[in-house]
Amino acid sequence: MKLLRLKPGHGEVVLAEGDLAVPEQEAELIAAFRRELDAGMCAAVPTTTALGRREAEMVKNFQDVPRDAERVIFFPRAAGGAR
Amino acid sequence: MLLALATSALVLLVLLWQLALPPLRRALARRGGASRPVAQDGYDPGRELRAEQRARRLLRSCVNEEEWTMYRDLGFLRVWGTQVIAAADGAPCAYLIYPHLPIVAYLPQTGVLLGEYCVAFPDHTRPYGSPHLPDSDDVLVKWFALTADERGLIAGANMHLPGRQIAPKRLRQDLARLALWESQSSWPLARSVGGLTQASVA
Repeated sequence: MKLLRLKPGHGEVVLAEGDLAVPEQEAELIAAFRRELDAGMCAAVPTTTALGRREAEMVKNFQDVPRDAERVIFFPRAAGGAR
Repeated sequence: MLLALATSALVLLVLLWQLALPPLRRALARRGGASRPVAQDGYDPGRELRAEQRARRLLRSCVNEEEWTMYRDLGFLRVWGTQVIAAADGAPCAYLIYPHLPIVAYLPQTGVLLGEYCVAFPDHTRPYGSPHLPDSDDVLVKWFALTADERGLIAGANMHLPGRQIAPKRLRQDLARLALWESQSSWPLARSVGGLTQASVA
């Protein structure tokens, strides 16, 4: 699993990468996940339905991330455009 | 006589130099000042281009193939909504996603524009001076939000009547381009899925 963060002027940045089956790596992923949420980021998991359609799922806890997810993508929280 | 003239010329030159120096300094300061914000902002076109290319690859890997082709060909992305519109006999709406512009809701059956949902995803850490994500990342984030939490996005956005930021003429042209693109594209699944979505919700 990879944790990615979208950044201005860069695109995505790999925050952490690891195998959930390895406890140390899972702990690192959980720590990185919490850091991003604490920094005010939102997290989305790209998913694929049984019919093959690509969709996304918003997650607020690491436990909500599907175990087989390849990527969790963090992005800044939405702000209602003032303009 | 010659010596006196030379001395006078020298004095004149020094006086002129003294008079010209302050405006020259101001002009130099203005030129320096004009370039300073760019240097402070740290805008680098090459870096931005690389960021956008990276963002396009990520977008392509996340959205459906026909959505990617739509964005590549037309510069915007259409997402089917699940919100039914009471005023339109319960028909569902669809959304147009543009980079760094409001999300536009419309009725696919009639092309009636419903409204602009102004929402932004500013990164206040401003790693390179700007809070704006690359264009394709902005589209991806809106796609995430619409496909995963349509109600939440719509509830949190500022809604305005059509035409506030995107000219209705442009939107009508884009809808016509979209219709033409769909009639010529080889995405029967996309059209049937859209049709099923509309039919099932309606």
